Amino acid sequence: MNINKNIAISESGFLFNPSTGDSFSTNPIGKEIITLIKEEQTLQQIVNQIHLKYAVDQDTFEKDLADFLYILKINHILKEDE
Amino acid sequence: MNKRKITVAVTGLNNIDSPGPGIPVIRALKECSSFEVRIIGLSYESLEPGLYMHDLVDKSYAIPLPSAGSQALFNRIQYIHSVEKLDLIIPNFDAELHNFILLSPTLKQQLNIATFLPSREVFDSRHKSELPEFGEKYEIHVPKSTMIFSTKDIQKIEKEYEYPMVIKGKFYDASVAYNQEQAISYFHKISAKWGLPIIIQEYVSGTEVNVTAIGDGLGKCIGAVAMRKLYITDKGKAWAGITLDDPELVVLSQKVVQNSKWRGGCELEFIKNKEGKYYLLEMNPRFPAWVYLAVGSGQNHPEALVKMALGETIAPFEDYEKGKMFIRYSYDLIVNMDQFEKISTFGEL
Amino acid sequence: MEKLSYERPIINKLNTGLMNKFGTRVDNTPVTHIDGVPVKKLIADFGSPCFVISERTIRETYRNAVRAFSTRYPKVQFAWSYKTNYLNAVCNVFHSEGSWAEVVSYFEYEKAMGNGVPGDKIIFNGPDKTARDLKIAVQNNSLIHIDHFDELYLLAEILKEESQKARVAIRVNMDTGVYPMWDRFGFNYENGTAWSAINKIMANSQMEMTGIHCHIGTYMMSTSSYAVATSKLCDLLKNIQQVHNVTLEYIDLGGGFATANTLRGSYLQGADVIPTIDDYAEVITSTILNYGFRPEQLPTLFLETGRALIDDAGYLLGSVIALKRLSDGRRATILDFGINILFTAFWYDHKVSPAQNFTSQSEDMVLYGPLCMNIDVVRENINLPLLNRGDHVVVHRVGAYNMTQWMQFIQMRPKVVMIDMQGMPHLIRNNESLQTITAHERMPDHLAQFNL
Repeated sequence: MNINKNIAISESGFLFNPSTGDSFSTNPIGKEIITLIKEEQTLQQIVNQIHLKYAVDQDTFEKDLADFLYILKINHILKEDE
Repeated sequence: MNKRKITVAVTGLNNIDSPGPGIPVIRALKECSSFEVRIIGLSYESLEPGLYMHDLVDKSYAIPLPSAGSQALFNRIQYIHSVEKLDLIIPNFDAELHNFILLSPTLKQQLNIATFLPSREVFDSRHKSELPEFGEKYEIHVPKSTMIFSTKDIQKIEKEYEYPMVIKGKFYDASVAYNQEQAISYFHKISAKWGLPIIIQEYVSGTEVNVTAIGDGLGKCIGAVAMRKLYITDKGKAWAGITLDDPELVVLSQKVVQNSKWRGGCELEFIKNKEGKYYLLEMNPRFPAWVYLAVGSGQNHPEALVKMALGETIAPFEDYEKGKMFIRYSYDLIVNMDQFEKISTFGEL
Repeated sequence: MEKLSYERPIINKLNTGLMNKFGTRVDNTPVTHIDGVPVKKLIADFGSPCFVISERTIRETYRNAVRAFSTRYPKVQFAWSYKTNYLNAVCNVFHSEGSWAEVVSYFEYEKAMGNGVPGDKIIFNGPDKTARDLKIAVQNNSLIHIDHFDELYLLAEILKEESQKARVAIRVNMDTGVYPMWDRFGFNYENGTAWSAINKIMANSQMEMTGIHCHIGTYMMSTSSYAVATSKLCDLLKNIQQVHNVTLEYIDLGGGFATANTLRGSYLQGADVIPTIDDYAEVITSTILNYGFRPEQLPTLFLETGRALIDDAGYLLGSVIALKRLSDGRRATILDFGINILFTAFWYDHKVSPAQNFTSQSEDMVLYGPLCMNIDVVRENINLPLLNRGDHVVVHRVGAYNMTQWMQFIQMRPKVVMIDMQGMPHLIRNNESLQTITAHERMPDHLAQFNL
């Protein structure tokens, strides 16, 4: 699981993918997750960190995270490890 | 003389290959002699070129599409007004005018923002499907037309209409049919896209001529400039045009504006047939994209509109320079990503 | 350390040329209360989904309509269109405001009688009236609006055995410039059928012709068709006066006024394009007043307005069952109500509001109902704040037709609640149970037992 290093996210959550030319807008928690993935954190580490910080139960977040990663994937932001 | 400072919001910043009237209107206002104008651009999408033309547009805001309803539009304008203190709004898109006309009294009363638009009644009366009545009421020739609801009706109307005939959609699209087969096929094509009814219109052959005009809403025509397109793009838009010396056409246009008590800018599209008779094809309820040609030939219609909207009474323009031309060109702006980001994420630029 | 409040992560592609969020967000204000009662409490007490009807809105809408017409015209009578919503409590709000009853079947007729509406204040419309129905209507002195010649002859037959006269009117259909033309109901004006029906009635001494009726269509967005219809009815009235020397008591313009719901496929919002009740009233009343009747001969104006009087008063409350992704990445939200109880989702892009506070993010989604049917779509495309499982939503303007055309398909119909003028909710129709449905079933003996 990795995110193209060229992909930049601004403070406002504006994300630009220079390899496709697409741009996106994400919310603060989405930005946080993308940053964690770029820092090469594992899924479990991400779940733990978010769980510590936000008022959300693990099941709900895991489900939301899976959905979020799916959208990142179909938009070619996230690549599965070979 | 110190020019009066005003803030005017303008839509139609889509200055693309088939341009909206926003940028020409803004140029007209920026160059006018009576006002020092701060321009607030109102946009529907993040790629409208006007958003990025900072020498003409001082600040821009995204506004909700007409389909979101007049209340959503009002709320957004209320916010923009709280920051910018608007004196006037000039909407330039056909599709948004319905909502702006609806809001115009509220804008005036609650926010003291002026507009200069036709009444809803007059606005509705020039819709394509109402054109025959419009013509009759204001004594202008219009091509004969009939609304039909089924392909069976095509056979019926063949007694009244000769081929070729024009098959038109309720809002957009028109095709010329040379036989019944084509008529039926266009009927299906257009009705699938725009619904029923379909308008069958008499085909008038001749030269197309256009007039940009402005009325005071009380029955006076303040200005009218006639133009013929010299060349058109593949989308049928003007590429270049020239002002005409055609007093009859100008008088005819004045009559439409006077009789309908049109308030604001409009574009009249005529066909002049071989016998020299004029037929009104369409009345567009806003300035055309080529309105700057009127400015260039001596009639600054947008400036006149602003004056009237702010309560001044003005004398009609008497003349314009004939033989003036416009030639449209496109220009590639170079824009940094952060600008696109700002308008996309915050709705302001 | 206290944890931060959570919002699920989302990412939206910035489309160019499509709806921007500055357009839709303003419309998404949470609707947490209906007439002062918390939506949460309504759902806790009456279940999800449930219909909620505001008595206050009905009365205000009705009074406004009465004002619009009666300030312009001296003799106006509304008759509540039962088919639009025939829950007895709803009907009785209208009757208590002075509205008569307009029914289109014997089932509705019985309902009106059961509600205590006097027989002579019931208008009996519709193409399906049996000999029994007509007999009872004659005996009750109801206003019988004849739809076709077969009904006219049947009525004549029945009257041979009755001592009483029948008070009748005919329904007329006509070209008012709208498409489609509703020529399947009543007698046609242009081809003279209406006039020939009138002559037959005039020739029958046991029929007393009291009025003339038309109903030109539904969700009429143009007032001018009402001007045409009114003027044609006035023509008939005048002709009857001249030819038969009879002055009819009333003309009945039916209903068909539009509400602020947005029709599917309409570019502009319903609220921005529909005429107001005053616009309709102005056109109809001025046409009659300018027609040239002598003041004492002015007919009473009957109106059978349904939709426009009840739509705004109805809400449907429901909950989010699940969130899904469709194969193309689109968000799908599944609700616990669908077209089974929200039949009007076929016609309208209903306004849907979240019933709780939300964050500033929003997303495009399709709203599905709970039925295992592909057609069960509440909204094809809507931009809403982020919804989570268990969140509540409020659907607006559902008062007309849903509580009469709903269907019992794989689910039971829910409770209907009316909030009174004091803000007190009352159950006005209980939810169905398995028993409600199976009570009418019968099991042949040979199928009663089986081994599996």
